[in-house]
Amino acid sequence: MSGLRKDVLTGVIAIVVMTIALGLVYPLAITGISQVVFPGSANGSKVSDNGHVVGSELIGQEFKGKAFFHSRPSATEYSGNVTFFGNGGPNSAEVRDEIREELAAYLKLNKPYDRSLTREDVPVDAVTQSASGADPHISEANALIQAHRIAAVRKLALEQVEELISDNTDGRFLGVLGEPGVNVLQLNIALEEQAPLK
Amino acid sequence: MVQGYLQFAIFIVVLVALVKPVGIYLARVFNNERVFLTPVLGPIERGAYRVLRVRPEAEGQDWKAYARSLIVFSLLFWLLLYLILRTQGIQPFNPEGFHSGPWDLSFNTTSSFITNTNWQYYGGETTLTYFAQMAGLAVQNFVSAAVGISVVVALIRGIVARSGKSLGNFWQDVTRILLYILVPISVVGALFLVSQGVIQNLSDSTVIHTLSGGQQILAQGPVASQEVIKELGNNGGGFFNVNSAFPFENPSGLTNFFEMLLMLIIPASLTYAYGRMVGSQRQGWAIFSAMFVLFVVSVVIVYIAEQHGSPAQHAAGLHTHAFDGSTGGNMEGKEQRFGIANSSLWTAITTVTSTGAVNAAFESLTGIGGAVPFIDLGYSEVVFGGVGAGLYSMLLYVILAVFIGGLMVGRTPEYLGKKIQAREIKLVSLGVLFTPLAVLLSAGLASATDLGKRSLYAGLNPSGLSETLYAYLSQANNNGSAFAGYTGFIQPNAPGNVEAYGLSFANLLGGAVMVMARFAPIIFVLAVAGALAGKKVSPAGLGTMRTDNPTFVFLLIGVVILVGALTFFPSILLGPVSNGLSGRMFP
Repeated sequence: MSGLRKDVLTGVIAIVVMTIALGLVYPLAITGISQVVFPGSANGSKVSDNGHVVGSELIGQEFKGKAFFHSRPSATEYSGNVTFFGNGGPNSAEVRDEIREELAAYLKLNKPYDRSLTREDVPVDAVTQSASGADPHISEANALIQAHRIAAVRKLALEQVEELISDNTDGRFLGVLGEPGVNVLQLNIALEEQAPLK
Repeated sequence: MVQGYLQFAIFIVVLVALVKPVGIYLARVFNNERVFLTPVLGPIERGAYRVLRVRPEAEGQDWKAYARSLIVFSLLFWLLLYLILRTQGIQPFNPEGFHSGPWDLSFNTTSSFITNTNWQYYGGETTLTYFAQMAGLAVQNFVSAAVGISVVVALIRGIVARSGKSLGNFWQDVTRILLYILVPISVVGALFLVSQGVIQNLSDSTVIHTLSGGQQILAQGPVASQEVIKELGNNGGGFFNVNSAFPFENPSGLTNFFEMLLMLIIPASLTYAYGRMVGSQRQGWAIFSAMFVLFVVSVVIVYIAEQHGSPAQHAAGLHTHAFDGSTGGNMEGKEQRFGIANSSLWTAITTVTSTGAVNAAFESLTGIGGAVPFIDLGYSEVVFGGVGAGLYSMLLYVILAVFIGGLMVGRTPEYLGKKIQAREIKLVSLGVLFTPLAVLLSAGLASATDLGKRSLYAGLNPSGLSETLYAYLSQANNNGSAFAGYTGFIQPNAPGNVEAYGLSFANLLGGAVMVMARFAPIIFVLAVAGALAGKKVSPAGLGTMRTDNPTFVFLLIGVVILVGALTFFPSILLGPVSNGLSGRMFP
């Protein structure tokens, strides 16, 4: 048998065997084990409020109005199934204008509740689009600014809101890896439990 | 920034600590020795040879036979993957009811995954069935990685061969690399990722009624099993369009750390395995050092540039300094849980290795921060590089450096006792120059014609040039990361490409560039291996130039920078560096 014919024969067998082993057996086995051992995280780490699933703790949501903590700006309207980057360039006039608007809106929303708030205090994450469009976190500084508004609207003491923030902050792993972030959905769920609207 | 540098330091310490044990393990697998998994996997390995009808110990291949097996294998897989992508409508595991896209997009995607590139003109979660993701794309994540590693193993055998022409057996190498290296790490890694929040299921999308009364649809799928091999095999094609920025692929600081480690562990450890196989650890560490220096410089530049913030942010009146509770810096296109430090580190790692997975949007990097991925790709992926591909490309540079060094001191150049002569240098030059040439020709064609202009998102300005150049740089170097405004789609709804349709020029040119720039260098590398295998080893004398000391490391870095980065220097100046230095706004 010539070398080429032998290679083709071996090759055909190889692609079939490998597709079955690596493309079906491997992922299906991992799926099976995961569904048994880690059903919660394997299915999207869903969180509930009053027994209703209201989202995933890993995926950010849109919050409007004065009574909720707001997530970071999103290019995708916080889509959990159609994702793309905003692709705002570093020297884009459009991005400059968007940030200017976001900044003005953020100050307008929060300044009435915290008179000392200035442009310099606004953390970068509050007015820039995240990468995923569904960033579940905001920075601690961002949350603490919004806390003044939430405390006033929900008639809570500022300290109570700050305590909720710290309860819902995901710290660095072992205090070192990653950056701390406040989980907006979980924080808002906790707010609803402690001081429901109406 | 101290906290950021501390994280870099921890990462580097863990990586370097793993290089030796993993390197020893790799070398034992390549040398067909027993490893701790042999009792479990040995029977499967022997069964595989029976099924494949190969008798590895009796069938050593010279470089031509090795190359032929590799090409036949890759070609067959190309055909199979193309078939899978064209028949989505009739596939199982298709809860969303997806059909196939245009044929030229399938051509691009097929070429992309066969060549270990994973360039993505498609959005995974919106166009591909679970079957196509698992049985099509994820299979290639394993196989293309194994092919890359097999080539470097063959090259090393050529370098150390004392006599004869055999470079080993391709089928045996691929089988052992899959069975003993890629699959075991993937199984453990995938389960770890699931435990940390990466999803792994076959359900259809879940509709959620959100807390504030809205609606959100959550995509589902077998993500973890693909995520792990995508990083480990330096593939980079995300299950989701926004890749490892999406929390279902990369939910925390810990998973981010783990995934970064997966990207570097094989390329870094291969240098140790190399030292072991050539019988001198110092040779391996010398190559590691050259790679390491260029890598660390990349990380630090991105980090400083990103922490500074972007001109658009400053012009808008935003203060980008860090303060208590805020990372500061250019957070546009970055995730809070990674911040500036881990986005910067990831960006450097994914571009020095040929992974191309991203956890932040490249197009939103600052000018200078964005110049780093260009330069990393400009080195032709020799700084750690793709699994296998990085080291075999670097070894071409090593031979080139030996040759240049030999010219400088007026000696016949020798590497590890083997004379480097005209034939080797010709082949090495072809191997080294092929990729830059492919980049410049294709990016030039795309920039100079209206056909290429249609892919631009940023428009006719430095960012637009960056998009174009980077697209071909990334595809030719089999990296796969992107300045993602650049698409193979006409953009009725830019930048999301929802309901977009294919742009044949970008799909076809990109696909062709990926295939050529992957397999032409592989053939040159195997030819070099064949040429070296037949050579006698002469003992090192007083006049032999050493290749394991700091002087040589310095020379090697110089050659990489001269050949690699300077080829693209003019275009990098016109693209990202213009953005970074001018601070001008462009419409």
